[in-house]
Amino acid sequence: MLKLTINGQEIEVPKGTMLLSACQQAGADIPTFCYDPDLKLAGSCRMCVVEVEGRRNLLASCVTPCENNMVVSTESDRTTEARKVILELLLARHKVECMTCEKVGMCKLQDYCYRYGVKDSRFAGEKGHFAMEDPNPFIERDYDKCIMCTRCVRACEEITGAQAINVKERGHHAKISTIFDGKLADSTCVFCGQCIMVCPVGALTSKVSMGKGRSMEYDRVLTTCTYCGTGCTLELNVKDDQVVGVTSNRDATYSPVNKGALCVKGRFGWDFIHSPERLTTPLIKENGQFRPASWEEAMDFAANKLKAIKEKDGPDSIAMFSSARVTNEENYLAQKMMRAAIGTNNVDHCARL
Amino acid sequence: MAEEQRVILEYADKIDPKKADDYIKVGGYKGLEKARSMDRKALIDEVKKSGLRGRGGAGFNAGMKWSFVPIKDEDRYVVCNFDEGEPGTYKDRIICEKNAQALLEGMAICGAAIASKQGYIYCRGEYPFVVKMLREAIKSAKDSGALGDFDIEVRMGAGAYVCGEETALIESIEGHRGEPRFKPPFPGVAGLWAQPTVVNNVETFACLPYIMTNGADWFAGIGAAKYPGTKVLTLTGDVENATYFEVPTNYMLRDVVYKLGGGVKGGKKFKAVQVGGTSGAFIPEQNLDTQIDFDSMSAIGAALGSGAVFVMDETRDIVDIVTRISKFFEHESCGKCNPCREGTWRCREIMEKINAGKASQKDIDNLMLLSRVMKNAALCGLGQAAPIPIDSTLEHFGYEYSRKIV
Amino acid sequence: MTNSIGELGTDATAIFLIGTNTTENHPVIGYKIKKNVRENGAKLVVADPRRIDLAEMADVYMQFRPGTDVALLNGMMNVIINEGLMDKEFVENRTEGFEAVKQVVEKYTPEMVSVITGVPAEDIKKAARIYAEAEAGSLCYAMGLTQHTTGTDNVKSACNLAMLTGNLGRPGTGVNPLRGQNNVQGACDMGALPVSYPAYQAVSADANREKFEQAWGVKLSPNNGCTLTAAINKAHHGELKGLYVLGENPVLSDPDSHHVIEALEKLDLLIVQDIFLTETAQLADVVLPGVTWAEKDGTFSNTERRVQRVRKAVSSPGDARQDWEILVDMTNRLGYACSYDSPEDIFEEIRKVTPSYAGITYARIDQTGLHWPCPNEEHPGTPILHAEKFSRGLGLFHAIEFQEAFELPDEEYPLILSTGRSLFHYHTGTMTRKAVALDVHQPENVVQVSPNKAAELGIIDGEKVRLTTRRGSIELKAQVTDILNDQVVFTFFHFSEASANVLTQAEKLDPVAGIPEYKVCAARLEKIV
Ligand SMILES: Cc1cc2nc3c(=O)[nH]c(=O)nc-3n(C[C@H](O)[C@H](O)[C@H](O)COP(=O)(O)O)c2cc1C
Ligand code: SF4
Ligand code: SF4
Ligand code: SF4
Repeated sequence: MLKLTINGQEIEVPKGTMLLSACQQAGADIPTFCYDPDLKLAGSCRMCVVEVEGRRNLLASCVTPCENNMVVSTESDRTTEARKVILELLLARHKVECMTCEKVGMCKLQDYCYRYGVKDSRFAGEKGHFAMEDPNPFIERDYDKCIMCTRCVRACEEITGAQAINVKERGHHAKISTIFDGKLADSTCVFCGQCIMVCPVGALTSKVSMGKGRSMEYDRVLTTCTYCGTGCTLELNVKDDQVVGVTSNRDATYSPVNKGALCVKGRFGWDFIHSPERLTTPLIKENGQFRPASWEEAMDFAANKLKAIKEKDGPDSIAMFSSARVTNEENYLAQKMMRAAIGTNNVDHCARL
Repeated sequence: MAEEQRVILEYADKIDPKKADDYIKVGGYKGLEKARSMDRKALIDEVKKSGLRGRGGAGFNAGMKWSFVPIKDEDRYVVCNFDEGEPGTYKDRIICEKNAQALLEGMAICGAAIASKQGYIYCRGEYPFVVKMLREAIKSAKDSGALGDFDIEVRMGAGAYVCGEETALIESIEGHRGEPRFKPPFPGVAGLWAQPTVVNNVETFACLPYIMTNGADWFAGIGAAKYPGTKVLTLTGDVENATYFEVPTNYMLRDVVYKLGGGVKGGKKFKAVQVGGTSGAFIPEQNLDTQIDFDSMSAIGAALGSGAVFVMDETRDIVDIVTRISKFFEHESCGKCNPCREGTWRCREIMEKINAGKASQKDIDNLMLLSRVMKNAALCGLGQAAPIPIDSTLEHFGYEYSRKIV
Repeated sequence: MTNSIGELGTDATAIFLIGTNTTENHPVIGYKIKKNVRENGAKLVVADPRRIDLAEMADVYMQFRPGTDVALLNGMMNVIINEGLMDKEFVENRTEGFEAVKQVVEKYTPEMVSVITGVPAEDIKKAARIYAEAEAGSLCYAMGLTQHTTGTDNVKSACNLAMLTGNLGRPGTGVNPLRGQNNVQGACDMGALPVSYPAYQAVSADANREKFEQAWGVKLSPNNGCTLTAAINKAHHGELKGLYVLGENPVLSDPDSHHVIEALEKLDLLIVQDIFLTETAQLADVVLPGVTWAEKDGTFSNTERRVQRVRKAVSSPGDARQDWEILVDMTNRLGYACSYDSPEDIFEEIRKVTPSYAGITYARIDQTGLHWPCPNEEHPGTPILHAEKFSRGLGLFHAIEFQEAFELPDEEYPLILSTGRSLFHYHTGTMTRKAVALDVHQPENVVQVSPNKAAELGIIDGEKVRLTTRRGSIELKAQVTDILNDQVVFTFFHFSEASANVLTQAEKLDPVAGIPEYKVCAARLEKIV
């Protein structure tokens, strides 16, 4: 075990612990942009710098292993100064569009500017100007809001294994791009949106959710994906009784199968829920045409006919196709209905299809 | 030249550096022989005792660096940093051109110390002719049997300044974007392909054969006690003799300018000297009476760095020079960390504003703030050192700035 | 799956994929496999007629002729036995029937199998060695293995291979079917099968029937029911009169659409309960509007047998009604009285009659879900099956001979047509075709054809072509791609405008499981002039 003093408090951590986690254990809330517990370390945003006695420079706590007897201060004047300046530097190039930004409320840049009282930048000058055109229907890429934390690059490679994006160019011309700086659709991108999931600012957002609501406006309902058998956990974002998006919780206790990772269908394929083509009333066919009917009428019609067939041709002349897309409870009821109420074992579903 | 003390360059132009035999005739590869006869630990201790410190800029004790390398089953590598990206620095090229075999021998000695069989020389992209020469030198050394089973490969650099930073250099050899890694882990523990790796400068390696043949005490007795040995310097700018020299490390800076350099060109007055390359501090007249060794230079807020010495006469416009330097760093920032990527950009903007006579005191204050944060918080040496020319000139040549402030 | 999904990312040291395009059809499982290969150096063997994404990173990729799975697997077993790579101890202690298998596979030498499958003998050997020598070898398959007239044989062969190498019952091993739809596992578990009550309790066993008769208080039929595909045929013959379809779209999902439509039209009564007016619903007499998963509470069981919560997030549109309520209402109207307060209430009943679910409660799976079997409330769930023994005791080997697919190419229909899924769509497209972004990204069907074949037929990439089989013909765009060889074409079944199942055959199914042969039928591809 190593002994450290953090903000005057003594703590013990096992060897190999990074300073960031030691500081967190000591109750310090360290700001970070590039750090992501699920990804390889980058150590590049320098927001997590702390002051360690006897060290000339500030140390990036996310990549600094704890050493015995370190005396650490996480909000000293020097660290605060560094963080403020970093925020101002980022702000200086940022397309500040908080009024309409999708990310408001979940934006780390905004949160930290608030925390450190950074209103505007003393370093205002030239701004970046990256083209934003990407005609894909899923991901809005606005690199004028990018803070170059490279979490998207790492998520794309480490979580999805797509390696669709990387850093291109150097210095302040550096930017995130596909190999030939082209469209995502022409790259190895699989539109999983893991990059959106990890982006700490509004540089990457979902086009499907655009304009529909921001984080403080919606509730998150934890549920299981409706598509393939992997059974990923996701959160439906609900505002005014409408699903406005999908996010995911990366905590394994909430998302045991996928730890927040999703695929294109899970992340972007939810809007059929509110399709205008949804059925909203029972229908009965008359003379080859559907007409709306009340529930009472439709159910009566269906039940009576079923009973008549059963009477005339026996229970085995009736079958049911249950569904691999409805719940266990519904499947249970479906087979029970066939077995107990109709009296046949003619129940199946499309398991084989 | 009487003022010099030539160790590495003793046989410059007298032997053919490509030919191992030439070198062997003047005592070459004896050091390696001795090193190989020694126990690894004793060898490292000997190098430690010589007090040899890195000549690439950071001045770390070479033997100490080697001693951190864990000896397990995995492979280990010896990497020579010959990126030499500092404008005005060409001492590594001179060493290779005059005495390449000493570099090879030095690397092999390091190989013996850390039980490595593979060396890489990462050569600056702008030096293709030296690469060719080095390959011939290696072939000759291999053919002569002098290197034994130690192999050396030459890799061409990507032409980026930051690739001289040891971890960026490693990334570049691995075929990745030349971006520095965070440390720890240091290369000594996880370097090239995540294996333990020693990275040293050309000159550092080139000292080793002489340490081995003449003994650690001999080397420790040369020059400054805490940074012993000789140092190859390259003089540029407004001096009469703009060339290279090898001097003991207790040599005085004033003598570099006036004795070796032959004084300021055209009899003009001296204004400043920048030592150590682009990121070096600007040293005013009143600080010239300082030894060039690492610690003495640090004491005056400067750095020996690569050993480049750039002399400026009275007609030079300091603010203009620093503006250009700030452009250099803006261009060379790799873009990985925030303070450097954004900071070098804004430094250049503010410097240009000052240089154009459009800045106010507020801009100077902002510049100083930025500089402080870059030094404190940048990821690698590039960002940490980039503001040094600004800081040192604000300190010593403040009046040049004041003149341009509105 | 006998094992859990997570193990594919961490525990498996070799992964053998056959008939699963995992990165497209189970993307998140695909990520885990990739990560394991990339970061932990797990070995990867891919057998698939198409050079799928994962084939690119595979140690061995076997591009075999569709429908020759048994031969390929027998060939691997031949190598394993002959090279002494089998797990003798496992075979001796945990299985029976090995000798018969040994006899059968003897003649399946790599060279002979190479002729049948088109895979170089050397690759078969390499693949066999990798899987057999692995510390933990996981075998995964999906519809590519099952959707054949020999689907059951194929699966049994895969099990043979796993038992032979002892790759069962330990972390990172297993025979792992990746189930296509979110709740196929659950639908099976719940007894939405013609032969079993919940938890696979056979309807033909008197004891089971008595148990359910007691639980439900009603007499039950002792006769096995008919499968979905059989039901369609019975409707065709006029034996089936009434059909209740809950959230399925057989017109697009079942083989030979014309045949399906004819059958449905012959019914006296077709009830469809769905969220959209699907192609099937359009043929219905009564349509009952149900709700989407975002509007209901309940549970799904994923492919690794993990029972997880589904939660109601929004209200349903118009008069659409909770599916469980519709079912309860209908059951009552049919004369069987029952009532439930909520899905949880139903689940409580499920627990009582489904031993493998007995220990699972809504409270326990509020966050994480549990793997069945979970026999009691203290039980932690079972991520890995067959750890000490198989459910039947000893694992049973099946000696299986290779049989050709039902419909092979001939002069008139010279190509092999396989059908399947795309990353961007799901099943019959009922949901994904109405998810705007997905449909914009992939708005129409394509047929994949090799560059050589395309050149031979004078077809260029993106051109509209006609794809024809004995059942029918569709027009769709050609996608020229070198991921398949010159004898095979591939198309998707998500698109009603050019529906793959117009083409597939329903004449012969897998005799045991009733699976249609979606992966092989004979087809002709033509330029439209
Ligand atoms: C931006 C930057 C550029 C550097 N360029 C060089 C270089 O060109 N040559 C060199 O030897 N060291 C260079 N270094 C120093 C190396 O990182 C490293 O300290 C050196 O190679 C170690 O060798 P030494 O101990 O023998 O000096 C550079 C450092 C930084 C931060
Ligand atoms: S959507 Fe997925 S694959 Fe595409 S760039 Fe983002 S992380 Fe990579
Ligand atoms: S796009 Fe987002 S995640 Fe990617 S580097 Fe920029 S800020 Fe970071
Ligand atoms: S998010 Fe994708 S991989 Fe996960 S369950 Fe849904 S469809 Fe399957």
